[in-house]
Amino acid sequence: MAAPMLAVRGLTKNYRLGDIEFQALRGVDLDVAPGEFVAVGGPSGSGKSTLMNVLGCLDVPTTGSYHLDGESVERLTADHLALVRNRKLGFVFQSFNLLKRTSALENVELPLLYRKGVSNREARDRAMDALKAVGLADRWRSHPNQLSGGQQQRVAIARSMVNDPVVILADEPTGNLDTRTSLDIMEVFQGLNARGITIVLVTHEPDIMRFAGRHVVVRDGRIVKDAPNAPASARAQVAALAARGED
Amino acid sequence: MRAGLLLNMGLRSLARNKMRSFLTMLGIIIGVAAVIAMLAIGQGARTSMEASIASLGTNVIMVFPGAQSAGGVRMEAGASGRFTVEDVEAVRKEAPALRHITPIARTSAQIKAGGANWRSSVYGVYPEYLDIRQWEVTSGSVFSAAEERSGAKVCLLGRTVADSLFGAGSDPVGQSIRIQNLPFRVVGVLAPKGQSSFGQDQDDLVIAPFTTVARKLLATFNAQSLYASATSAEAIPEASAQIEEVLRRQQRVPEGESSPFMLRTQTEITQAATAMSTTLTLLLSSIAGISLLVGGIGIMNIMLVSVTERTREIGIRLALGARGNDILLQFLVEALVLSFVGGLIGIALGVGASALLASTQGWAVLVSPSSIALAFGFSAATGIFFGWYPARKAARLNPIEALRYE
Ligand SMILES: Nc1ncnc2c1ncn2[C@@H]1O[C@H](COP(=O)(O)OP(=O)(O)OP(=O)(O)O)[C@@H](O)[C@H]1O
Ligand SMILES: [Mg+2]
Repeated sequence: MAAPMLAVRGLTKNYRLGDIEFQALRGVDLDVAPGEFVAVGGPSGSGKSTLMNVLGCLDVPTTGSYHLDGESVERLTADHLALVRNRKLGFVFQSFNLLKRTSALENVELPLLYRKGVSNREARDRAMDALKAVGLADRWRSHPNQLSGGQQQRVAIARSMVNDPVVILADEPTGNLDTRTSLDIMEVFQGLNARGITIVLVTHEPDIMRFAGRHVVVRDGRIVKDAPNAPASARAQVAALAARGED
Repeated sequence: MRAGLLLNMGLRSLARNKMRSFLTMLGIIIGVAAVIAMLAIGQGARTSMEASIASLGTNVIMVFPGAQSAGGVRMEAGASGRFTVEDVEAVRKEAPALRHITPIARTSAQIKAGGANWRSSVYGVYPEYLDIRQWEVTSGSVFSAAEERSGAKVCLLGRTVADSLFGAGSDPVGQSIRIQNLPFRVVGVLAPKGQSSFGQDQDDLVIAPFTTVARKLLATFNAQSLYASATSAEAIPEASAQIEEVLRRQQRVPEGESSPFMLRTQTEITQAATAMSTTLTLLLSSIAGISLLVGGIGIMNIMLVSVTERTREIGIRLALGARGNDILLQFLVEALVLSFVGGLIGIALGVGASALLASTQGWAVLVSPSSIALAFGFSAATGIFFGWYPARKAARLNPIEALRYE
């Protein structure tokens, strides 16, 4: 196996709640190879989001080590973590997290604003390309409140990929979407994965997990199941749905 | 992030909340306008004060009746608090540091010429008075010392009096006027001096021989005050001392008792005026400073609200790779834009208000470029100072907590 893209060892995360320490992660070991598509499942409160926050360099673990793309990141300063987030990671959230009253194009440009040496023009072009890739080039002017949930999530995906990340982390990206729209979104993710981007995606829904190449299940802050999976094709399902609709 | 982009972002975010931004700026607008107007008024007051002190004459020493007793209570001018012609002569002879001295007898009188009628001040003085005050006559000439001694009924008119009695720009030399029904011949017209800093018309007066005014109009032999000039600015203290010494001897003031008169020199008046205008400037600047402070607090308040409202946005930006400093700058630029735009509007308003005061109130008001620079600098400093805390608060947000904020 190639050097892992994400390598986590003995990861723990404690939250202080008054006097008691709550252990949200109790020793997680996980390797994700470049180009993998991992779905993380498990009951509510099991620590999935906590794990994603650490993997996304938004939070630092209490103990344990974390290597991202060969670099040790568990003891970096806040500014350095920001740099890692900007250059290597893309985020997709359940609630989209787009800036209000800001056009789709400008939302997608956002990560490029925080990257040195990218001209306004280049940022614009790259953001437009990313919007094209998610099929929303014609809606670049629209503000989030003028877009459907699925469209907003696509803008968010365009934003997550605009800076050519090595990993995209998605925490329940289809949680707020209906089945049909969820399929569309999964098709986009599979497309990105096909281009070589590593994807880690948290979801409750078994229907969504099917599209990933590997299933990880978290329970009470530990990984209780980790198995490969033969992924279903979202594109084929979308096509099948479309065909049925035309009947 | 690029500066242009930051500025653009700041402007846009403020444009989204136009009313709020305007209300926030109002404090700064008023503060800066106050700074400009206050400085302009202060500067104008100082300039006209200086001008009117200069118009007193050169190296002037004035002697008034009355004394300043201990505790600063000014005593009533008693009978001895008058100056006789002999006092004046004694001083003239025995005070070598003096160039000129004149007694002054002043009264307010009704003046008539033909059908015209005017109430003005009549000053009875020696001809030297005009030298002391460096006052020229524009037509005719000053009465002579001989005319003065003989109590001739001649007079010089201030420009305002000449205009009022004989029409604007007229030359009444040779004409006859009546002061309290006594006929006087006009021998000259004084050059106009304009208004004093306190809005007093300095040209509204009549100057006549001391002897004439004292005896015929006031029925006395004495002067109410003395007006003198030293030979030079350096000689003022010496001249004052000499006057005091001679007058004490003349009026037989016992050793150790305070003099029944007091001296005021131009130097003292200048110092007092400077102290006054410094106090005025200080007072005005503290008012301006307080309004800027209030404006700054307004900015801080709104920026804090804005940071809280936009916690989610900050979280998103942090997640996408913004560093604390990027966020800090973003909010600082917003605060700066607020205070800068407020400052610009304030400057316009302040200059406008100053011009309005100058034209409607006739106040001497001077807007100096340095006061504009000062006001602008202050508003920028206010923006940075009061924007700093909210911006730092934004920059220190934890990305996860910010993202979770509802
Ligand atoms: N900031 C925090 N402070 C205290 N406890 C926290 C904090 N964040 C999470 N927890 C706790 O850690 C545990 C794991 O939370 P986490 O959000 O990772 O769960 P999850 O698996 O993502 O659940 P869900 O599927 O509902 O999103 C929960 O019990 C939660 O209450
Ligand atoms: Mg979660």
